[in-house]
Amino acid sequence: MASLQSQDVVARSATTTATPQARSAVPQVAKLIDESKCIGCKACQVACMNWNDLRDDVGNNVGVYDNPADLTANSWTVMKFYEVEPKQGNLEWLIRKDGCMHCEDPGCLKACPSPGAIVKRANGIVDFMSENCIGCGYCVKGCPFDVPRISAKDNKAYKCTLCSDRVAVGLEPACVKTCPTGAIGFGTKDDMVAYGEKRVGELKERGFQNAGLYNPQGVGGTHVMYVMKHADQPELEGLPKDPTISPMVSVWKGIAKPLAVAGMIGAVVAGFFHYMKVGPVEEKNDEKENA
Amino acid sequence: MAKLLQRYNDRERMNHWFIALMFVLAGLSGLAFFHPAFFFLTNLFGGGPWTRILHPFLGLLMVISFGALFVRLRAENRITDADREWKKHMGDMLKGDKASMPPVGKYNYGQKMVFWLMTLSLLVLVITGFMFWRPWFAPYFPIPVMRAAVLLHSVAAVVLILTTIVHVYAAIWVKGTVRAMTRGTVSEDWAKVNHRLWYDEAVKRRS
Amino acid sequence: MTNSWTDIKNTDLVLVMGGNAAEAHPCGFKWVVEAQQQRKAKLIVVDPRFTRSAAVADVYAPIRVGTDIAFLSGVINHLLSTGKVHLDYVKMNTDATFLTKPDFKFDNGFFSGYNVDKRSYDKSTWGYQVGEDGFVKVDDSLQDPLCVFQQMKKHYARYTPELVSQITGTPKDQFVKICEMLAATSARDKVMTICYALGWTQHSVGSQNIRTMAMIQLLLGNMGRPGGGINALRGHANVQGITDMCAYSEVMSGYLSAPTDADVDRETFLKVRTGKPLRPNQMAFTQNFPKWHTSLMKAYYGNAATKENDFAYDWFPKRDGAYDILAIFERMHQGKVNGFVVQGFNPLAAVPNKKKLSAALAKLKYLVIMDPLETETSEFWKNYGALNDVDASKIQTEVFRFPTACFAEDSGTFTNSSRVISWKEKAVDPPGEAKTDVEIMARLFQKLRGMYAKDGGTLPEPVAALTWPYINANLPQNSELLREISGKALADLMPPPPAPKLDAKGKPIPVPTPAPGAAPPAPLVKAGEQVPGFAVLRDDGTTACGNWIYAGCWSQAGNLTARRDNSDPTGLGVFPNWGFSWPANRRILYNRASADKDGKPWDPSRKYLAWNGSSWAGGADIPDMRPDAAPEQGVGAFIMNPEGVARLHAIGMNEGPFPEHYEPFETPVGVNLMCPNNPKAVSNPAARVYKGDMEAFGKAAEFPYAATTYRLTEHFHYWTKHARSNAITQPQAFVEIGEELAREKGIKMGDRVKVRSNRGEVVAACVVTKRMKALDVNGKKVHHVGIPIHWGFKGVAQNGYVANALTPYVGDANSQTPEFKAFLVNIEKA
Repeated sequence: MASLQSQDVVARSATTTATPQARSAVPQVAKLIDESKCIGCKACQVACMNWNDLRDDVGNNVGVYDNPADLTANSWTVMKFYEVEPKQGNLEWLIRKDGCMHCEDPGCLKACPSPGAIVKRANGIVDFMSENCIGCGYCVKGCPFDVPRISAKDNKAYKCTLCSDRVAVGLEPACVKTCPTGAIGFGTKDDMVAYGEKRVGELKERGFQNAGLYNPQGVGGTHVMYVMKHADQPELEGLPKDPTISPMVSVWKGIAKPLAVAGMIGAVVAGFFHYMKVGPVEEKNDEKENA
Repeated sequence: MAKLLQRYNDRERMNHWFIALMFVLAGLSGLAFFHPAFFFLTNLFGGGPWTRILHPFLGLLMVISFGALFVRLRAENRITDADREWKKHMGDMLKGDKASMPPVGKYNYGQKMVFWLMTLSLLVLVITGFMFWRPWFAPYFPIPVMRAAVLLHSVAAVVLILTTIVHVYAAIWVKGTVRAMTRGTVSEDWAKVNHRLWYDEAVKRRS
Repeated sequence: MTNSWTDIKNTDLVLVMGGNAAEAHPCGFKWVVEAQQQRKAKLIVVDPRFTRSAAVADVYAPIRVGTDIAFLSGVINHLLSTGKVHLDYVKMNTDATFLTKPDFKFDNGFFSGYNVDKRSYDKSTWGYQVGEDGFVKVDDSLQDPLCVFQQMKKHYARYTPELVSQITGTPKDQFVKICEMLAATSARDKVMTICYALGWTQHSVGSQNIRTMAMIQLLLGNMGRPGGGINALRGHANVQGITDMCAYSEVMSGYLSAPTDADVDRETFLKVRTGKPLRPNQMAFTQNFPKWHTSLMKAYYGNAATKENDFAYDWFPKRDGAYDILAIFERMHQGKVNGFVVQGFNPLAAVPNKKKLSAALAKLKYLVIMDPLETETSEFWKNYGALNDVDASKIQTEVFRFPTACFAEDSGTFTNSSRVISWKEKAVDPPGEAKTDVEIMARLFQKLRGMYAKDGGTLPEPVAALTWPYINANLPQNSELLREISGKALADLMPPPPAPKLDAKGKPIPVPTPAPGAAPPAPLVKAGEQVPGFAVLRDDGTTACGNWIYAGCWSQAGNLTARRDNSDPTGLGVFPNWGFSWPANRRILYNRASADKDGKPWDPSRKYLAWNGSSWAGGADIPDMRPDAAPEQGVGAFIMNPEGVARLHAIGMNEGPFPEHYEPFETPVGVNLMCPNNPKAVSNPAARVYKGDMEAFGKAAEFPYAATTYRLTEHFHYWTKHARSNAITQPQAFVEIGEELAREKGIKMGDRVKVRSNRGEVVAACVVTKRMKALDVNGKKVHHVGIPIHWGFKGVAQNGYVANALTPYVGDANSQTPEFKAFLVNIEKA
């Protein structure tokens, strides 16, 4: 879906000029995943498959409940199960719906070299435009959450679209619609943050003192947020505590680009002026050759 | 007509120009991914995906062919005391004060530096390049390693390009140089002026 | 469910035990989550495994498989010994005050009347003392040692927390904590709900598991109240409908007990089934049994069922023995069954001891499969290597496979766990040559009837006289069927004559004959009209009703099951105009018990039903009570029981009137700690065990690990392995073991393992988990092996072994539900 005309694209990969910005009243959207209500039923996985016409391979059991075992180009969301003991002897089974976080400052988009292969829509959705994807895998390096997957079949990168096609026409994402326990909510970012904070309060009342909302500021906040029982230890469920776009990527896609281009052009220009000033080295007219 | 000295044989020249060609192609295709301003270059290669597919092969061909040249030239590019002496006068050379330069052999210090910089940057390019060469090799490397690899790859590429700019400029700047690679020969005068020790040796060998 | 899914949101405490609601009922589980958030309800999960339900629970405790009665009996002891009992409720709504017979005893594992050789009880010493007035004797003070309350106290005092912990393996502190949480709901304004499923039913003591919990709910005063009840979460989308409509042999539609050989004529049959009040003023609703039964026979035989022929009673088959699935396969295994029609069922995968089943099926002459899928049963004769290692050349059974429509390929109704009947429309046409089950049955019936007409035969009437009033005889419409089930008047139904008025002397005043020309009284229901409900059914043949509890679901107002009004006027999750909830669109059964002696709600904040001075009507729900029964009349809420109250002492149960802990037939500890010196009472002494099956039970020495089978949220029985999406989310057979056992056995995550019981083996991937811990059972370490059931040798998921190759061939002593949940295995790396 290259273009949703109801949506401005506010950022576009490998693009240095301004993108459409006219539709300024587009509300920011967000998906809120309340892990305290999630029962790991995988209905969201199946809804995602069905709406997006995805069918992954029938795999194998590798000794866990997670199936498919990880995100793939055909599985844009998967449930991850973590058996942890945040307090000794107090087992918890944390279940997290893994998928694209839709960062406000998307590392994938920053890393992408192909103009318009990754866009950020005015409502905050980060979308991959597959037909523009060249298959370089830079988005994989850019992402702080290890989300994009590249298809072995077509060498294009894929990930959750936050059902941008549904959202564009006023529907909630397929996973949200399907979730039987209401663990996945969808609305404006402000509403979701407010509701998430309310849930955090309720969880604290229930005895989870470290409950919190995962909306990491290191990537400018995310349009997919989690209500966590142990927000002080997101690593328990395989999430980085304070994710940022890797400094490697920032240097590479930030300062290195203009510096290098300036350096290369500068070198040519310097050579030109040096030639004009100093002139060529020529043996014929040089009488001091043995000096 | 001035007397000529053989500087490069046919194989060396063909090797050089093959590297040069690969450099241009790998460089243009690589630059296309490096900065949006250069993305249009992918059109030269049949579009983005084709550029992505071809670039590593072009690069690898460049490295392999450079390797052949490297084997041939590495002995002649050892840094010697004479080079260290020459290095001290490099500023004079740039100012056009050719006369103050000490005599050098087949290659001067600047040329040797070009050689070693190219060697080094190509080595970095090929190693890091493999680390994120999709779809075959990238899956074997963890993402943080690939991030470092891709940054190093870019830095090495820039070093290589800058070195090459110097290399090409020097060839243009020092008149009579280019024919060493186009024809394989240089004039004795050119050799006398620019590579006196090599000239002496060549003359000695001839007699 | 006595309550409904939507009612769970009204609760203060949810106990999930004998089930895994989040895993098996994710959609219904939303109401648990709702209660957690909105009412700050707590969720307790008791399960051998830390399940997906436990993942969102407030309290989890492990328990050894098959020891639920010990656990719950310990809870009863806690309630009785600490006095945490809702006493007003108990006195009013249970038989606690009733006096038991003086000879009733319990000693060393047996109740009085046990016959060791027959493995059954003579129940004559059980039950209540009945006075000369025909009513049960009671002691309102609850002090008489013979009263049910004192008998219970005595019986359950033996279940001390220490002993419970020794039997169940549940750490004592966790057990006590849960007891205290449950006990807190004995307060007037606190209510607990229990969600259970096959984790309680699939035991040799299954029925008693549920009864024990029912007793707890009665003691706590939680039955019949919003947020309370005993809630069986049914498995299939329509399994409730199947049981309601009698797809098994013991009952006819609407749970009308079916005739047996002993019921030689209609009079005998009706007499033993027609209730009469055991206490004054009780409704004893089974008084109406003849009305329901006669209406059913009229629905079967129409005009051919007449008063003169006893409403075709003689045409209906009389049961000569057991016809549960274990009994059927036992008979088949003995070579006594020729043909077997399997409709929407996959017994080779779904019944215990695959080896025995396979041998039994091979003895059939023919097997007819009606199913949308290629089931394992339909290919039981085909060799699938180790997965189904049979020699096809030695099997002579002829197999016919009729492809049927799937649920979405036909209209009709589902009845869910809440007893809500929902009409649904067809979504797509069935593929290929598939036909609906109804069409196949109808065509088969037409053919049979034609053969009887042409060739005659012994007793053709049961088939020949069946009424077949459908527009297209080969394709009855589901709407026609549902109208038939709901029932109609065959003649004008007149209102009953008003009770005669009495004069001052107590003599009836004669009713004056109506003046000539006066309008005749209007009929309640005109001939040919749909009945509004079971209240108008008659035993004189003037009504026909295919299922009395469904009566009124398609009334003159139309198809009420198709209603989709999701408004909830009281906010109590009643949704009265969504579908039709049997009986009488009532959403909570026994709801009279939600109000106290004076007819005021126990908890004013959950006002469900109240006596308004003249009626029970006007509350949130349809009252489960005669609407004009004033509270002072003392009409009990449990109207189906002749005593009008719920039974803490129930003689209907085959292994005793009070639930007692018995070990599973395959027990890892080998001894019943409740009666350690009685080797005959280790396991349920009244459970039926066939010859050969007893010998096939394994012993702990060879099979040391307690195993249990269960379902996964990603799959539905043996169906969804045929569906790609489900197969992707859970592709391959696996078993689960704890880390400690895995270490002992050198098994690593994802290894292939072989699990053996005394009956068979399965090979599967191994999930090694922290969620299953070894339990300390009477000083012995007991490990569990968990075995999900969903795999077989057909489908798009990875093929796997049938889990029921392992399970034992024994069922509950009352329902004969097989003991899938507790048996013994050994495990090793494959």
